[in-house]
Amino acid sequence: LSCKVLSSVVTPCYCFVSPQIRVKPDNTGVVTDGVKHSMNPFCEIAVEEAVKLKEKKLIKEVVAVSCGPQQSQETIRTALAMGADRGIHVDVSGKDYENLGPLQVSKILAALAKQEDAQLILLGKQAIDDDCNQTGQMTAALLDWPQGTFASEVSLEGDKINLVREIDGGLEHIKINTPAVITADLRLNTPRYATLPNIMKAKKKKIVTVKPADLGVDVTSRLEVLKVEEPPQRQAGMKVETVEDLVVKLKEAGRV
Amino acid sequence: SMLPLMSTPRITTHYTIHPRDKDPRWEGVEMERFADEADVVIVGGGPAGLAAAIRLKQLANKHEKELRVCLVEKAPQIGAHTLSGACLEPSALTELIPDWKERGAPLNTPVTEDVFSILTEKYRIPVPILPGLPMQNHGNYIVRMGNLVRWLGEQAEELGVELYPGYAAAEVLFHEDGSVKGIATNDVGIAKDGSPKDIFERGMELHAKVTLFGEGCHGHLAKQLYNKFNLRENCEPQTYAIGLKELWMIDEKKWRPGRVEHSVGWPLDRNTYGGSFLYHLNEGEPLVALGFVVGLDYTNPYLSPFREFQRWKHHPFVAPTLEGGQRIAYGARALNEGGCQSIPKLTFPGGLLIGCSPGFMNVPKIKGTHTAMKSGMLAAEAIFPKLTAETLDSETAGLHVPEYAENLKNSWVWKELYAVRNIRPSFHNYFGLYGGMIYTGIFYWIFRGKEPWTLKHCGTDANQLKPAKECTPIEYPKPDGKISFDLLSSVALSGTNHEGDQPPHLTLKDDSIPVARNLGIYDGPEQRFCPAGVYEYVPLDTGNGMRLQINAQNCVHCKTCDIKDPSQNINWVVPEGGGGPAYNGM
Repeated sequence: LSCKVLSSVVTPCYCFVSPQIRVKPDNTGVVTDGVKHSMNPFCEIAVEEAVKLKEKKLIKEVVAVSCGPQQSQETIRTALAMGADRGIHVDVSGKDYENLGPLQVSKILAALAKQEDAQLILLGKQAIDDDCNQTGQMTAALLDWPQGTFASEVSLEGDKINLVREIDGGLEHIKINTPAVITADLRLNTPRYATLPNIMKAKKKKIVTVKPADLGVDVTSRLEVLKVEEPPQRQAGMKVETVEDLVVKLKEAGRV
Repeated sequence: SMLPLMSTPRITTHYTIHPRDKDPRWEGVEMERFADEADVVIVGGGPAGLAAAIRLKQLANKHEKELRVCLVEKAPQIGAHTLSGACLEPSALTELIPDWKERGAPLNTPVTEDVFSILTEKYRIPVPILPGLPMQNHGNYIVRMGNLVRWLGEQAEELGVELYPGYAAAEVLFHEDGSVKGIATNDVGIAKDGSPKDIFERGMELHAKVTLFGEGCHGHLAKQLYNKFNLRENCEPQTYAIGLKELWMIDEKKWRPGRVEHSVGWPLDRNTYGGSFLYHLNEGEPLVALGFVVGLDYTNPYLSPFREFQRWKHHPFVAPTLEGGQRIAYGARALNEGGCQSIPKLTFPGGLLIGCSPGFMNVPKIKGTHTAMKSGMLAAEAIFPKLTAETLDSETAGLHVPEYAENLKNSWVWKELYAVRNIRPSFHNYFGLYGGMIYTGIFYWIFRGKEPWTLKHCGTDANQLKPAKECTPIEYPKPDGKISFDLLSSVALSGTNHEGDQPPHLTLKDDSIPVARNLGIYDGPEQRFCPAGVYEYVPLDTGNGMRLQINAQNCVHCKTCDIKDPSQNINWVVPEGGGGPAYNGM
């Protein structure tokens, strides 16, 4: 396969420091000021897989894409340091960024795939900040391409792709045609470190900035967030001495 | 006491203690490093390092010279390892960037009220802050230092400084003539047992004509440089304190923006140096920065700075501010208290020490940021002409810049530190705190530090601990979960994290000493002075005896253990870059 791979670096997501997550006083979302944005771990795995395919000379070029404000470029630089060839930054900021969801990102990726004449789109299976797990699937649908989601093994065979998918029942082996969309699951690979010399070299690689409108994509959201709340405080448990006590307490609580 | 007869379980696997060239698992592993050249390399992206970087680029632009300045910082982003009170004296910032206000520097809270108290268990004795006393804060700003450092980072990048957060300087490199050649960043991909993983990668070498070391209080590379170049032969040992800090979102009714509160006294006894701070920020929400400082020359191994902090919050003068509020951040860091008696030689062939690393903190003012920044600026100003001179004027391959030290001695930094040099040591008298306050009142306030003598410190902090059997355990109250909290939930709020599968970076020179000495004689004081629960003595699996468990992932990089270990057996080294706390505006 001598093809270009569009490796999507999904919108940089927030580092997991869960006890520090606070809901904004106006309940419209969580506080993100000053919180470090880093590459979504599943996207790191996707980038790693793309770079591996290039190193095996099975694909020609890896393009890293990120949708978001100016800081997204740092995430693209990390992908470039890992081995991607060039980057595309789709500039979305402010309110548009807060409302950016899988459907809009999928439309953007579909438009880019057509523009770049990509044969393969590799993404992380889901972002760890919103856990949607929708972008890969929607992108495939918009392009009418086959999809191999939750991939834990990928191998190219001629112009087809052999995939092992991690599913509830075990491991599913499928073969799909190209062009295709693949989403990476945890066990696909172990991403390499972005070493400092590579970060320095990455500064010389090109990142092009485009706007969603340039791609003909409308990023208005179909969803409205009504409220974001902290989960309820965990109530203390209760210890009982005997089984009879347990049954009495359960009856009191209306559970039996 | 009976010592366990079985061999000590292996704790330390780091290559600085167990070299890799003798380790069979490392045979055949490619150890060559990629090297790059810069004009100046700066270790540490704090106020000193960034001020030096900015000043260098300002000079380069002014004189139309090209200068490559590279700065490495172990935190994942600039500001993430910064922790300070803080009441900033803006003098150095104004010298560095006169239009800081127009450029949006986050100095949003001018000090409006300044309160100083001596606390007893139930009461509070107000102490008037007369003009001229060092703790007066008129003209200063309450800042979230992490945000100021982040802003300084943006200014540096705009000027063309190359910032590399997420990469720790792990090793100093030397030319053949013994001068400093630069640094090497940390290797990655070493497993917990010290063996190479598949993703092992060597760090890279950054060579420079001159390297600035701005690692902050008790830097690990500075420790090596002191030995290599004998930089401490004519000064007293550094003395330290540990500062613990929390950020609280309080009830709006209690919020008094611009208010600064300091206290001494309870819960510490008069012979233990320390005190508290509580600052009301004014950035659009009722946020309060508060914390507690304990001098690390304390003698009782049962003392827990963390628990002193937690119980201080319950004082009737403090608790009402916090009632109904929510704690949103926690962290800790060691700070210098030695003043000018403890400043080492600042320059050596190929390098300079800047900021809290050599230590320019004005202890009674509890401010060190303005002096740290000024030291960085002075370093830049001394280096620049030598770097850009027609002929490189240096006997050694690495540039020696002794002018930096001379200029610092002639600057306001030295004047300020000299004037307050006797205040901290004056606490070492029978009356402790009260003796010190009387000394300050007489000699500083009236004579402005012009007395002709210079008091000495007592020796190193590590040597001050008395054996446990000579001391009484302290009964600390249980945390109530609303105002005071337990250690582990506090550590969680620091956001600290490290790649789990790496050798512990709290290395021990000798794995058998903790149980034999620290536990045997001092009842394991590291369990109490570590503000992150890294050190735990747990029973051996076999049942008879204890072993030290090092929870390296909890570490918040405060350096207290390296300072206070009575056996001086703990050597803190950098973990993989990007690990450590994730402070946000601390």
